[in-house]
Amino acid sequence: MKKLALYVALAVLAAACASKETKDETPVQDKSTSAQQSPTNPGNSQVTTTKPSGPVTGYADAALQKRSVYFDFDSNSVKDEYRGVIQTQSKYLADNRDKKIRIEGNCDERGSREYNLALGQRRAEAVKKVMTVLGVADGRVETVSYGEEKPVALGHDEAAWAQNRRADIKY
Amino acid sequence: MKRIALALGMCLSAFAAWGQLTIDITTSGGRQVPIAIAPMAGENLQPQAVSEVVAADLNRTGLFRLVNTAGISPLPTEPSEVNFADWAGRSAEALVIGKIEAAPEGRVEVRFRLFDVQKQSQLASLSYVVAPVQLRATAHRIADVIYEKLTGDKGVFSTKITYVVKRGTRYELQVSDADGFNAQSVLASNEPIMSPAWSPDGSRLAYVSFDQKKPIVVVQNLAQGTTRVIAAFRGNNSAPAWSPDSRYLLVALSKDGLTQIYRISSSGGDPERLTDSPGIDTQPAYSPDGQWIAFTSDRGGSPQVYKMPANGGPAQRLTFDGSYNVGPRYSPDGRTLAFVQRDGGRYRIASLELATGQVTTLTDGTLDDSPTYAPNGKMVLYEAQVGGRGQLAAVSGDGRVRQRLTSAAGDVQDPAWGPLPTN
Repeated sequence: MKKLALYVALAVLAAACASKETKDETPVQDKSTSAQQSPTNPGNSQVTTTKPSGPVTGYADAALQKRSVYFDFDSNSVKDEYRGVIQTQSKYLADNRDKKIRIEGNCDERGSREYNLALGQRRAEAVKKVMTVLGVADGRVETVSYGEEKPVALGHDEAAWAQNRRADIKY
Repeated sequence: MKRIALALGMCLSAFAAWGQLTIDITTSGGRQVPIAIAPMAGENLQPQAVSEVVAADLNRTGLFRLVNTAGISPLPTEPSEVNFADWAGRSAEALVIGKIEAAPEGRVEVRFRLFDVQKQSQLASLSYVVAPVQLRATAHRIADVIYEKLTGDKGVFSTKITYVVKRGTRYELQVSDADGFNAQSVLASNEPIMSPAWSPDGSRLAYVSFDQKKPIVVVQNLAQGTTRVIAAFRGNNSAPAWSPDSRYLLVALSKDGLTQIYRISSSGGDPERLTDSPGIDTQPAYSPDGQWIAFTSDRGGSPQVYKMPANGGPAQRLTFDGSYNVGPRYSPDGRTLAFVQRDGGRYRIASLELATGQVTTLTDGTLDDSPTYAPNGKMVLYEAQVGGRGQLAAVSGDGRVRQRLTSAAGDVQDPAWGPLPTN
């Protein structure tokens, strides 16, 4: 039967690309930090996931390298533990008036893709609001979202989801 | 297995073959029409056995039962050779016969006939002169005729579907025949691709691209391969939906704060804001008559399905059960909406009958998303997560027939079912 022939062909192809498939399973995240993270509490340890890059590299303050804010399920309220992260970034922006940033919101995989895209943007907007209160001009911050499309953790459990409900500040 | 090249004006890459979907019926219910489909005379000399494709098309709907044709000798290929008693004895209610003969200029003539076995009458007789490479497409057209004669509904075997295939960090937007064959890659990217939407005539796809490191809305002409950025405003640009007359796209933009719904010319231009809520308004869909827009809004505290007039204005809430009802899509007759419903921690496809408010849960998955109606309204194609992987599945409008479309390619997501061919 043709279907059988197809399955055989697919099996051969799958075998031929087995090494690639394995690679696909690897989370698209910084392995140097993810290995020692506590999966149930991504909050404090996880914020180093986003490594320094671009214009901020070399800035003395290590706190400045923390640029991620994590959220509860179905929530876009900024938790108190991340106020410090946002304050540090806002201060940096106050000291560097030429810099513009993009805040990228993300969601876990649950729910509808397009609604998650909008939810991620609302998370980014929530971080922006805190920055605006701290004096960062509205025009220097663009809020966008990857929705559920770019998870840093690829699992299908709360440990992975907690890492993916996130807003990243990008220079 | 021969593949027919789609007239998409682009090469079939080796990778595209990975996108091949295979479709299996996982459940079927109700009475099935017993139909005998005899091998066509001369089809064994052709690159594609037409009767096998016709049989597979009809079988996949769950509405037919294939009657064994083995042992009837000689198998009829002309009306005069049909002995109805043979077929009545096998409980067949319908019989298909045919033949394929050489025609001028390297083409072939396919002639098929459909009979009502009980009435011993001919229901259809058609012939097609085509290039041999078009035999698979011809088989789908034959299946469409048979399906319509026997069920009264349009067949959708000659339609196309589009979906996103994700392998690792590689994304492809693919277009295939409705049976998963002839998968063609129309776009490849290392950034996500989302929410493909067919133009009403099937010539263009609107979709969300992240190639600019943020979501923007692009329209791609399939035959020419040309693209045009329709919406790349500050913030998010997403959720494209065509107006029935192709003049407009509805899009969800966050340029003015949170995501709201805007209307924009399908050739680009200035967006016109249609909603003004303090929350998120997204996932717009035009009713088939163009008079209404159904959409998702969380203006009331939880995301629910609403509808408003096509030019904007007061919105009316349509869903009330549960705290999460999103992503409405109109059925082709405009009477029903398919949407995503959260029940406990599970996300399923449900339908809402607009006249009565009756809600029916159609699927039983854990993370079902992106429902899209077949253009005859009989099936809803959607994305399901099976074993941690995105797969496509389809369910009949009454929930009784289920198909699963599997692929070895990786995650398959975000399907959209194309329109009926215009012929």
